[in-house]
Amino acid sequence: MNSLLLHIAKNEWKSLLRGKWVVGYGLIFLLLTDSLLRFGGGGPEALLSLSNVMLLFIPLVGMIYGILYIYQSREFIELLLTQPIDRKVLFWGLFVGISTPLMLAFVIGSLLPLGWHGILIKGAAASAMVLGLGAVLTLIFVSLGFLFGLTFYDDRIKGFGFTIVVWLFLAILYDGLVLMLVFMFGHYPLERFVIAVSMLNPIDLARIMVMLEFDVSALMGYTGAVFNRFFGSNMGIIIASAMLTLWLAMPAWIGLRVFKKKDF
Amino acid sequence: MIEIKELKKSFGSLEVLKGINLMIPKGQSTGIVGPNGAGKTTLIKTILGLVKPDSGSIQVNETVLNGNWQYRRNIGYMPQVARYPENMRVHELLEFIKGLRNQPAQYETELIEQLHLGPELQKELRTLSGGNRQKVGATLAMMFNPDILFFDEPTAGLDPKSSQKFKERVQTEKENGKTIIITSHIMSELEQLVDHVIFILDGNVRYYGSTKNLLAESNEERLEGAIASMMEMA
Repeated sequence: MNSLLLHIAKNEWKSLLRGKWVVGYGLIFLLLTDSLLRFGGGGPEALLSLSNVMLLFIPLVGMIYGILYIYQSREFIELLLTQPIDRKVLFWGLFVGISTPLMLAFVIGSLLPLGWHGILIKGAAASAMVLGLGAVLTLIFVSLGFLFGLTFYDDRIKGFGFTIVVWLFLAILYDGLVLMLVFMFGHYPLERFVIAVSMLNPIDLARIMVMLEFDVSALMGYTGAVFNRFFGSNMGIIIASAMLTLWLAMPAWIGLRVFKKKDF
Repeated sequence: MIEIKELKKSFGSLEVLKGINLMIPKGQSTGIVGPNGAGKTTLIKTILGLVKPDSGSIQVNETVLNGNWQYRRNIGYMPQVARYPENMRVHELLEFIKGLRNQPAQYETELIEQLHLGPELQKELRTLSGGNRQKVGATLAMMFNPDILFFDEPTAGLDPKSSQKFKERVQTEKENGKTIIITSHIMSELEQLVDHVIFILDGNVRYYGSTKNLLAESNEERLEGAIASMMEMA
């Protein structure tokens, strides 16, 4: 089973590398990280800027990439489904084949400049956290893209529209909405509610983890501040990463369920 | 052998298959005909496991279908629209499917020669013409020497020469005792290739029998006339 999964994944890797744009995506992060470090003083603050870009950029690219793959490969997926192969193996093969190059492009693209500017040694923990979060977010959002592609299999416009709205909501509007709610119901004890709400957004979780690691409460946003006060840095990071792990599993698992039941 | 009992499938409120019963014995070559949207492709896709039935059962050889996949080792399928990853080369696609099926590709070289695919092997699939893609599809369907072959509108994009070669190949497969199922709108082609016809209309089997009987019953010389008069009666 595993060798078959790898066989499918390898085929995707080959064809993605040939498509070159994953390499371009990695180069963008390379240039970005390098210039942030070059012109931003070269300290760990650059990591903070990098993570801001990453938190915005990776979810969008990951989702679009995942959904686009499903739409572009419909006939090919159907051909593969007529072969003697388990749907489960096919799903994981395609997912691994699609998501890992994107993940590696980000990690390698950002890692190299961090290395040659010496941040990797100076701020090892922080660097590892930012790179790790980017990697995890890539996997989460590619699987969400897969899921949306399978759900809106016949209606591309709806699929893309939904993807953009989900991204806008999670990446941009979420913290503002939470703040608004808090503002409206400010007389009630809302801490638990805010914590619960921030758990529902993987981008928020990642942001909170970055902020807790860098200990920059001024930039934490409302949910981050509450998180920090409620759990303290270490406990907060542990809980947030547990939730992110759950996020890693959920969309992929639901996607697999949809894929197994789907009529092609 | 393919045995289908009371097969039903709806997409939303649209009933596509309304209780199909069929028994296709081993070694028979069968044409599936019917107007557009009658449920031909859905029927084939259900047998292939691409579409999950709402109720009823399908048995292929000894296996009753329930989401299993091993039975497809004995099936070759040539799709109506053949589209493949664009930047893959033809020989890479063949290698990939070989690795996937892990079965000996007995007829690979023979088919490549017969369908004249040799000059295309090094080309990227996106640069291939529609007809050549169809040939790749035909090669993929037949190269593992499966017992059961499905062809969905196989000659729609083929030039006359390739079409001829393809039909010769199907004839050989037929003589080798393969179970062959073809959907097509080209009746003259079916006449050459099949000896049984399934006529599907509105998700039901309206006629299933040998082409000879059909011609005799309908007092027609050609399959085209017989099918056309059946469509009119419906």
